[in-house]
Amino acid sequence: MKIAIASGKGGTGKTTLATNLAYFLSEKENVTLLDCDVEEPNGHIFIKPEWVTEEKCYLPIPQVNEDKCTHCGLCSQACQFSAIAQVKDKILTFPELCHGCGLCALLCPSQAITEGFREIGTVQIGKKNNLNFIHGKLRVSEAMSPPLIKEVKKQGKNRGITIIDAPPGTSCPVIQSIVNSDFVILVTEPTPFGLNDLELAVGMVKELNIPMAVAINRADIGDNRVQEFCAKENIPVIMEIPHSYELARCYSQGNLAVQELPEYKGYLQRIWDGVKKELAR
Amino acid sequence: MKEIVVLSGKGGTGKTTITASFAALAHKKILVDCDVDAADLHLIFKPTVLETHQFFGGKSAFIDKDLCTACGKCGEICRYDAVNLANKEINKFLCEGCSACSHFCPTGAIKMEDDLSGYWFISHSPYGPFVHARLGIAEENSGKLVSLIRSKARALAEKEKAQLIINDGSPGIGCPVIASITGADYVLIVVEPTLSGIHDLKRVVQLANHFNIPTGVCINKIDINPQMADKISRYCTENNIKVLGSLPYDNCVTKAQVAQKPVVVEYPEREISKKIQDLWKEVEKALS
Ligand code: SF4
Ligand code: SF4
Ligand code: SF4
Ligand code: SF4
Repeated sequence: MKIAIASGKGGTGKTTLATNLAYFLSEKENVTLLDCDVEEPNGHIFIKPEWVTEEKCYLPIPQVNEDKCTHCGLCSQACQFSAIAQVKDKILTFPELCHGCGLCALLCPSQAITEGFREIGTVQIGKKNNLNFIHGKLRVSEAMSPPLIKEVKKQGKNRGITIIDAPPGTSCPVIQSIVNSDFVILVTEPTPFGLNDLELAVGMVKELNIPMAVAINRADIGDNRVQEFCAKENIPVIMEIPHSYELARCYSQGNLAVQELPEYKGYLQRIWDGVKKELAR
Repeated sequence: MKEIVVLSGKGGTGKTTITASFAALAHKKILVDCDVDAADLHLIFKPTVLETHQFFGGKSAFIDKDLCTACGKCGEICRYDAVNLANKEINKFLCEGCSACSHFCPTGAIKMEDDLSGYWFISHSPYGPFVHARLGIAEENSGKLVSLIRSKARALAEKEKAQLIINDGSPGIGCPVIASITGADYVLIVVEPTLSGIHDLKRVVQLANHFNIPTGVCINKIDINPQMADKISRYCTENNIKVLGSLPYDNCVTKAQVAQKPVVVEYPEREISKKIQDLWKEVEKALS
């Protein structure tokens, strides 16, 4: 079973929920936490896993053999991402723009293109007690995170209950993270920004046709338009946690609330019961 | 002309709150919201849209089911698992629009079509001209849209003879962030005093260094954890980055958001507003 935790807006407590829920469940079951926020992975700060393996992740890029190239220009005409160009009698490649689709190499009539590799980041696998933990770390200045997210998800296949911590937003990295999940928990705050970004996230999850529920953090800080929106859209609110100084402080120190604040376990149990109830419907 | 980009490794650190206040404090400027996949600035500016434009981010592949013989060639070629052979369909969320499948389909069943990926706007706001965008739900190519609206903002600044562009960046360090900062004059990173905040900060600093952009830091909600705030200050000193200001936690920030006003406009007397004003002065100094 794959449960993705996402939020249109960053900083709403997505990672707090993902790490605590995964750790909480791993006390009784076989659980894997995938930190798919490869641009700013934070889950490991809270889980503090012992690393077992670390592997670099690569994207294929074209390498042109000038001796074989006849300057026919087919490759540069076909590339959709302007990653290969013909300038006078030379073929230039722009690896940072390349999506690694392989089209240019397939098209080249004189087999002048072979595939090399560019490093896009690292995938690390670790363990903390019963919990399997996998994350990706995007190489700084690398633009393309979706292929790295895909690799993280591949490593996490068939490992019991999978909790996915998705990056913030609603564009390609988020889609790559939550696609093929069985359920999505959207974390939000009851503020105008929180509501606006929740509306976008709900639209995204609907497009992907995945059942979802909402968890509201700092439920007492703003107005109640988030609750109204969820009622109108028929989206269950499976938890509301009030603003808590202790929780914020625990987070700031990089600690797991489930280990420090006993009352937090009750919230996690309620969320999990809520998810199970929704999945059984 | 100078362009400042406000960033935060992680979202939700107060980036947009601070940008909105800068908008109210700065003279003669153009405002841009580069956080195109979760844009929020318009909630404060309540802009009057003057121009709406379509944004075509890329292409998507479509299979003509009548022509398709289900030979499976496209599925072999596609590196993004976007082909669903059983339904003779392409998953538009996974399709990168590379067009490889269309070149090799033996029956010519695959067409590439332009993707209407969103809209961008030029608007009038109480705080100056405002360029913003709305990426369609579950669309890609946010980086391309960011580059586009930044170039429009520059053109507008020239036309309006504005000397300054204030740009609200997006979270993370990936494609839209790179598109937000390349060629900008200054990056202000808003960070919270938390362990993960420090972790995120370091990665954004590395990115700004990679592009050789001068960088300053603002520590927000400093009272959550003053020791962590000290850690951040130390890291900044060691790396020659100036901490331009630190702001207290104040729930009037949320109230101002509910009132759809920049904090410095709605609560000018509060300490946080004074600190944002000081911060803005420091940013102006850093820019000149
Ligand atoms: S692999 Fe694809 S994206 Fe890269 S250069 Fe070749 S055609 Fe362009
Ligand atoms: S397709 Fe091959 S031969 Fe033609 S320009 Fe490209 S590399 Fe050269
Ligand atoms: S390559 Fe063309 S004919 Fe073959 S399965 Fe794909 S769309 Fe159908
Ligand atoms: S255009 Fe590229 S990504 Fe899309 S289905 Fe075809 S091969 Fe796959």
